[in-house]
Amino acid sequence: MTVFTLRNVIELSYNSLSYAALLFLLASGLSIIFGVMRIVNLAHAAFFLLGGYVALSVYRVLGTALWTLPVAMVIGGGVVAGLAVIIERFFLRRLGQDTMAQVLVTIGFAFIFFDTNILIWTGDNYMLHRPWPLDESTVIGGISFPRYRAFMIFAAVVVWAILYFVIERTRAGAIVRATVDDPQMARGIGINTNVVQMSIYGLGVFLSAMGGVVGGAFLGVSPGLDFLILPYAFAVVIIGGLGSLTGAVVGSIVVGFMENFGTALFPELSYFALFAPMAIILAVKPTGLFGRG
Amino acid sequence: MLKRLASHGRVVLTLVAFAVLGAATPFLNDYLQSIITRSLVLAIMAMSLDILVGYTGFRSMGHGVYFALGAYSAAIMIGRMNVSNLLAVFGVGLGLSCVTALFLGLLAMRAVGVYFMMITLSFSMVMWGLVYRWHTVTGGDNGITGIIPPDAFGLSLQDSVLFFYFTFAIFMVCLGLLFLLVKSPFGKTLVGIRESEARMKMLGYNTWLHKYLAFVISGTFAGISGTLWAMLNRFIAPTDVELVTSVEALLMVALGGPATLVGPVIGAGVIMFLRYWVSTYIERWYMFLGITYIVTILYARGGIVGLAERLWFRKEEPGSSAPDRRVATSLTTLEGRKQS
Amino acid sequence: MRPRWLAAFAGIGFALAIGPGPARAAEEVRIGFIAPITGPFAQVAKDMVNGFDMYLEQVKHKMGPLTVKFIVEDNEGKPALAVAKAQKLIQRDKVHVFLGGLLAPTGYALAPVADQFKVPYISPAPAGEDQTQRKRTKYYARLSFTSAQCQHALGDWAYEQGFRKIVTVGADYAFGYESVSGFQAGFEARGGKIVAKVWPKLNTVDFGPYLPLIPRDVDAVYALMVGPMSLAYPKQFKAAGFKMPLLGGTTSADEFILPNMGDEAIGYITASHYSAALDTPKNHAFVKEFQQRYGKMASYYSEAAYTSAYYIHEALKQTGYDPDKTLAWLDKLRSLRVDAVRGPISLDQYANPVQNCYIRKVERVPGDRNNLGVKPDSLWNVVVKTYPEVSQFWKWKPEEFLKHPVYDKDYPPCNFCGK
Repeated sequence: MTVFTLRNVIELSYNSLSYAALLFLLASGLSIIFGVMRIVNLAHAAFFLLGGYVALSVYRVLGTALWTLPVAMVIGGGVVAGLAVIIERFFLRRLGQDTMAQVLVTIGFAFIFFDTNILIWTGDNYMLHRPWPLDESTVIGGISFPRYRAFMIFAAVVVWAILYFVIERTRAGAIVRATVDDPQMARGIGINTNVVQMSIYGLGVFLSAMGGVVGGAFLGVSPGLDFLILPYAFAVVIIGGLGSLTGAVVGSIVVGFMENFGTALFPELSYFALFAPMAIILAVKPTGLFGRG
Repeated sequence: MLKRLASHGRVVLTLVAFAVLGAATPFLNDYLQSIITRSLVLAIMAMSLDILVGYTGFRSMGHGVYFALGAYSAAIMIGRMNVSNLLAVFGVGLGLSCVTALFLGLLAMRAVGVYFMMITLSFSMVMWGLVYRWHTVTGGDNGITGIIPPDAFGLSLQDSVLFFYFTFAIFMVCLGLLFLLVKSPFGKTLVGIRESEARMKMLGYNTWLHKYLAFVISGTFAGISGTLWAMLNRFIAPTDVELVTSVEALLMVALGGPATLVGPVIGAGVIMFLRYWVSTYIERWYMFLGITYIVTILYARGGIVGLAERLWFRKEEPGSSAPDRRVATSLTTLEGRKQS
Repeated sequence: MRPRWLAAFAGIGFALAIGPGPARAAEEVRIGFIAPITGPFAQVAKDMVNGFDMYLEQVKHKMGPLTVKFIVEDNEGKPALAVAKAQKLIQRDKVHVFLGGLLAPTGYALAPVADQFKVPYISPAPAGEDQTQRKRTKYYARLSFTSAQCQHALGDWAYEQGFRKIVTVGADYAFGYESVSGFQAGFEARGGKIVAKVWPKLNTVDFGPYLPLIPRDVDAVYALMVGPMSLAYPKQFKAAGFKMPLLGGTTSADEFILPNMGDEAIGYITASHYSAALDTPKNHAFVKEFQQRYGKMASYYSEAAYTSAYYIHEALKQTGYDPDKTLAWLDKLRSLRVDAVRGPISLDQYANPVQNCYIRKVERVPGDRNNLGVKPDSLWNVVVKTYPEVSQFWKWKPEEFLKHPVYDKDYPPCNFCGK
């Protein structure tokens, strides 16, 4: 076991928070999709990676000025979300609530994307561009704080704020909440639940793919990244509870800190640091910490 | 009456099919033989998973755990400790899987539906981490080599034909035992629980114990599959026990037909044939695999067996349908609603 | 109803039974190649196969009087699948030799298959130490490198630069252990001290948990990274404010990853048995043609596959072009001394190459370096020092070296850690 200095603790906390932010960008969509549609979306991380690849092409066409970052985020998220809506309409909708079917179909799509990526973008490993001011570090008290990590935290906070506002304060949010609570009643008062479901799937995937654009400049874009991070996305929503926005925030932070401090403290246990607690949490409270029964 | 006859017909048909397989395999070319052997090995895992998935209605993503235990116990005993007693090798693999399933079942049985899937997924991840991490025992990433199958009853299992018959015999025993299990009152109760746990509880069944036992039996049989797999490849590495292994076992069950026992065997055969034979001609293998997943679910609900039966019954006796399977596939929907 | 089933079943069985099995043609040599064509390593596999293919194109698929039949099989990066595909190559295609594998476990899995069927296995990539050390097999030759081979040299070089205290950061798996241990052994043999070892999980792309563990009062950091890790590490390392020199292993900045690295890689010093920036006529020709054909910078993966083809050709030539005399030409192959693209190679008695090790420094070279057609202003692994004829045992006697356990996470022990 390592003994930490104050410097270590500060660095690790900063790294944990920024990692949590990235996890939130990845997993919030997963949680929303499950909460509203009860779909177990194993293609979620594949959408994340696909967003990164689309951004790679966007940068190749538009160049790498500062303004291309938000453009890439919107295009990356949008293109992939469009694809997701089609998948929802023609495939997922036909599955109903059969979890095994959902799992196998979405993993089937994950395989297809995996291969398409290699076909289009080759299997080379890329690092997405970071605009100049974000590529540097800010030094405070002798400690370097990479600005890109701060940007990830910023992006996550913005996304959370927008989601919170939309779900709690707008008419669209009210419709969604109604659909979650009682789909039949919602249909009865004239809500087109099919459209709601399709939009929600599109939104969840948009968040993931946009996260992929942000994450692609930090984690890189390479085949296999999707299957690598998928279990982490599930760890976040399981620990937080599937279908709860607050749960996704808490889950991200818990996993972010556990992964960073746990690995630094007990490197030997790092392979179990996440999944053993996850199993235990599920055994004790089978719906996750903040899950809705 | 007709139903009974049909059901007997199925049994006879199955036996004939396996008899043909057993008799014909030695005459096939070597590579095809090895694919059939591989299929039988994984078929044991798929059948055992079917007990849990098809008959009891619990979708597990953690079957790779027992496969890993069986495989690694054989690898360590034969490859590292030079144990040459086949019975001991199988015994330890079986025992370890059983004990582990006894323990994990206590945790897993607390969750249902998607949460059960997630908890078993985390078991898979932990097991993979264990074999990857504990490299002084498992060889870590490099795996374990030299898992040469020991002799059985004075016969050398290094011969590929004899190894096939060895696998075939074990497979038939497993199939027979699992068949008796699902036809027994215990098996009927499992199906009852799958259909309506509340009703079975009301009737005075200890449903938890039934589910728990199904979980343990299912895991134990998967261990056998792992032991054979390690001896077949004479090598084991963590890539063999990744999460994907568990997911693929699920695919085999879904593809062949859940709650049919024979279905998962066919599913395993098809997947192995695709992976080892067809992939030679296809460069875009993952695309093909992905499409297989989707097509199976969308167009072959009830799997190959279900599909065959639907065609069958439509022609032979209009109006009637295969009772067991229909329920099996429609049930998944019910169960999903129940916990939402 | 039953006959219908049976007929179908018998039909399938029959179709499979008479399935294709090539007739043995006397005038051809059949070469199998197993590579992770699909899956995360697809591109590396492509580079390997292209390297082999390029040689075959150059000789117009002829080795002397023999026509070369080149059969590629995919193993998805899985050792178990590689075993099955090797059986397929041997039993169905009747290959005279098979090559392949990328990761060490695949190499370990394939070698026993070669012995079982008495068909040679030539390894153009898997670098597991023990394969040419304590777990040698008979029908085997390696034309790549052992993990630690050139890292010994880098350790030596680091000491000469005046570095005395170094931290290692190595991917937490066998290739990482072996590379780091090789560096440690070379460095500490001269009197240097490894003061800490950090082991990021394989495929780590966020080094957040690991960077704070690296002490800052050291002379240099040695980082052994692979694939996506290699891309992410230097960036995050620099961003975390580390100023000391960065050293690395064979895969830390190899030419597979280098074209996609940025300025953060400049100054990175790594050791390998190959560099695309080698200034020899042979290498210039190789890099130029590879670039023309496949639009990519040549990497050690493609070089090793290319050299393997060349080696097989030479061995067949010198034994009278009879591929069926397996042991004869395999023995010849092992005793050849070849002037390859990467420099002179000969195999030691353990079937591992004795070859040059290059200490290389990443530099951005303006314009089209040496007019090879590679993208202008690319990063190159410029060779700063050559260690000639380095064996897998470095400067130790093989018998002495082999008495020790294989390089591992805990061997050699970290005597100066935490001091």
